[in-house]
Amino acid sequence: MADKLLEIKDLTTSFRIKDDYHAAVDNLSLTVNKNEVLAIVGESGCGKSALAFSIMGLHTRAKIEGDILFKDKNIAKMSSSELNKVRGKDIGMIFQDPLTSLNPLMQIEEQIGETLLLHNKDMSKTARQERVLDLLKKVGIPRAEYVMNQFPHELSGGMRQRVIIAMAIANKPELLIADEPTTALDVTIQSQILDLINKLKDEMDSGIVLITHDLGVVAEMADRVAVMYAGQIVEVADVKTLFAKPLHPYTRSLLNSVPNSDKEQDKLHVIQGIVPSLQNLPREGCRFSARIPWVDESAHEKHPELREVDPGHLVRCTCYKHFSFPDETKEEQHVLS
Amino acid sequence: MSYLEVKDLKVHFPIKGGIFGGTVDHIKAVDGVSISLEKGKTYGLVGESGSGKSTTGRAIIGLNKITSGKVIFDGVDITNIKRTKSEATKNIQMIFQDPYSSLNPKKRVVDIVSEPLRNFENLSRKEERKRVQELLELVGLSPESILKYPHEFSGGQRQRIGIARAIALKPKLIIADEPVSALDVSVQAQVLNFMKEIQKELDLTYLFISHDLGVIKHMCDDIGIMYKGRYVEEGTADDIFSNPQHIYTKRLVAAIPDIDPNKRDEKRKFREEVKTEYDQSYNDYFDAEGLAYKLQPVSDTHLVALPEKG
Amino acid sequence: MWKFSVRRTLIMIPQLIVLSILIFVLAQLMPGDALSGQVGPDVDPKRLDEIREQMGWNDPWYEQYASWMGGVLQGDLGQSFRFKIPVTELIGQRIYNSFWLSVATLILTYLIAIPLGITSGRFNDTWRDQLITGYTYVGFATPLFIFALVMLWIFGFALGWFPTSGSVSPGLVPGTFEYFMSKLYHLLLPAISMALITTYSTIQYLRNEIVDTKQKDFILTARAKGASETRVYNRHILRNSLLPIAAFFGFEITGLIGGSIFIENIFGYPGMGQLLVESITLRDYTTLIATTLIFGVASILGALLSDITLSIVDPRIRIK
Repeated sequence: MADKLLEIKDLTTSFRIKDDYHAAVDNLSLTVNKNEVLAIVGESGCGKSALAFSIMGLHTRAKIEGDILFKDKNIAKMSSSELNKVRGKDIGMIFQDPLTSLNPLMQIEEQIGETLLLHNKDMSKTARQERVLDLLKKVGIPRAEYVMNQFPHELSGGMRQRVIIAMAIANKPELLIADEPTTALDVTIQSQILDLINKLKDEMDSGIVLITHDLGVVAEMADRVAVMYAGQIVEVADVKTLFAKPLHPYTRSLLNSVPNSDKEQDKLHVIQGIVPSLQNLPREGCRFSARIPWVDESAHEKHPELREVDPGHLVRCTCYKHFSFPDETKEEQHVLS
Repeated sequence: MSYLEVKDLKVHFPIKGGIFGGTVDHIKAVDGVSISLEKGKTYGLVGESGSGKSTTGRAIIGLNKITSGKVIFDGVDITNIKRTKSEATKNIQMIFQDPYSSLNPKKRVVDIVSEPLRNFENLSRKEERKRVQELLELVGLSPESILKYPHEFSGGQRQRIGIARAIALKPKLIIADEPVSALDVSVQAQVLNFMKEIQKELDLTYLFISHDLGVIKHMCDDIGIMYKGRYVEEGTADDIFSNPQHIYTKRLVAAIPDIDPNKRDEKRKFREEVKTEYDQSYNDYFDAEGLAYKLQPVSDTHLVALPEKG
Repeated sequence: MWKFSVRRTLIMIPQLIVLSILIFVLAQLMPGDALSGQVGPDVDPKRLDEIREQMGWNDPWYEQYASWMGGVLQGDLGQSFRFKIPVTELIGQRIYNSFWLSVATLILTYLIAIPLGITSGRFNDTWRDQLITGYTYVGFATPLFIFALVMLWIFGFALGWFPTSGSVSPGLVPGTFEYFMSKLYHLLLPAISMALITTYSTIQYLRNEIVDTKQKDFILTARAKGASETRVYNRHILRNSLLPIAAFFGFEITGLIGGSIFIENIFGYPGMGQLLVESITLRDYTTLIATTLIFGVASILGALLSDITLSIVDPRIRIK
């Protein structure tokens, strides 16, 4: 049995809009094991980034309920000074936009060095410099001695993302959270960064939570996948099962809407309707039901739960049993509706 | 003669510098690009950021000044044409990347979509409104929504408003600059399907600019790959994806993530091989400045940038 | 960077030429001259014309400008008609007074603005922020000359804590400690009055910079590293917010010039601002042109200083 590294229990992250709180992450439970890549997939607004930020304690104005157990310590209940001993040390984070995620006025050495300094108070300045140099080399930055003294704007997007990764792994964290780490990058750079993350994962033996909307990235990287829709997890499975035998209607729809290089298709599948905004999230019944109206009401559960249907394969709601894609003529209408 | 003919297009931007702020050099954003596009087809222009693909599109429609070269549309020279009330302007329209910022947030949908109509056709208020309603219906939005503002729509719907505006004057050529890059996959599918549909219905020709090879493969008949302002390879979708010849194209195609997790290791190994090949044969494919050579035909449809033989 | 500085300095030359021509021509356009109102009606107008001719006042403006400019370049700003001494001499002590008044005002401005701006930006939308923002609105709305008069009345006359005019007590020997303290004592009230009003823009500027910087992505990065709130503020937010303030510094000088004209007149402080107003009322053209020119040059230098400071502190510009 795999070792649990992170266990999220009944996590609810709510934001205040006007006078009410709305849950962007709604009663979510999830585990991340040691040395595995867990991908969290979903479209914008599904709550995947809110989840990542909750784990890191980066929300400043959100209400967080539930538990986030990291090595048996509840980081959701920690004071900020306790939390500051964990983040940057045991948990590292890789951000989406390498341009804006680096301080424009700080040299690379200082930015990476800060992570070291904060968690190794008695490390000498020269030792720190050496370590920064090591890290830069490790993430594949050429001419590291020179880059150390450069400012972020002097580096290309791919190099900046490598710097951010160097920063995240500086203290050899046991858990890495990567929030859309390649979305802002070109495709060749993306593959390089993904390969780098993979290589580092094997070296450091750490768990990775990979937040992404890109199913290609998921297929390349993940060991296990959790699919999120409207603040909830609708399906969890190991990556091969998820792509070979997806169950939940949302997962299946999503997979069908990607232009697939292996399939000759003239038309892509379109999910009807739109992703509901935070205030308009359906809070009762199956949250995806509005987008598959041809599936009979009785197919859904009243209070859909995430159930294990095969070992390690969890699906929410019973509607998957009755779901099939509408035939071609029907789809024609949906495109224009 | 093709429908759209771009001949040896160059767009150079001056770099200002020195003590007196004079022009010290040029950025060769587009440096000798030729495209020929048949009516009713979709031509994909692919490249990474900074490759000059968007500049090419913008130069064709007159948004960037052309340094040299020619753009001939339907037999008429439209190089550096003034974007006023000319026939060419009416016939070529553009769809932009970001449906959030390309629509004026303070204008109602009816004003956004009818803007090109007002510039080119003298319609009465009533006629104008009717046309806008027809257009919205065509792009799959309810005709009642003409009085709404852009923020009341989702991303996909907003991109459809952008498309409605682009097709208002019944154009013949649409230049789509990363039209789905800012959208979620399911919304992207919606927009791509729709673009294919109206292409048939309105007999449209597309110049489709994108960095996403999956989308390009899905949409395009012919493809040109750009790198640092020059073409490295051009051919049919099949030429490019099944038989890439230039090392840059090979690397680009190898970098596309495969949606099948079973092929993961295979893919990674393949990528490494291509990377090695890229590093080893770099000098065979790029000149001393790291730029691509001139295109040489390898088959009737397939052109590759290789050094001249002999 | 030196390229940028050199280019920026070169741009100043045409600016200065245009400025000097503008000042000169505008002064010429003013009705009357130094003789009007000064001579009795019984003086023969012919004699007046002779004087004008002698002084070169009937020459075309560009000839007058050329001869004046020639003098300026040699450090000769001309003779004051009213005070009968060279303008350079007249300006000498006053420019010194104005300079120290400006320095004191600037120091006070920053002493007030930095802590208030930081508090306001860090705790934005709390009662502290609202209090400080309220103060900046008052500062924005209150005319400087009225505020200065009130200050003078309360602290100068009613309470008698500060001297009410002059720049130093009479009878003290320059160079002594008493002389220095007296100078400081005299400029304190005008400087405080001016700083309290003009600081509002710096506070607002700093507040907005901080509120802006707080929402930047790299602040999240810093938090994710495990940096404490204090460190996030001191290392990341402040450093990035103070930078535009440093660039703003040169423009403060321009603002000070406008303020000093009121302040020096109200506090009877013998500086350039007071001299400017006097030379206007007395139609002492040479002095007027000279003071205006100095103010103009100071403004242009201020802008130059801003640009160069920014290019030094901001690596994004420094590289170019």
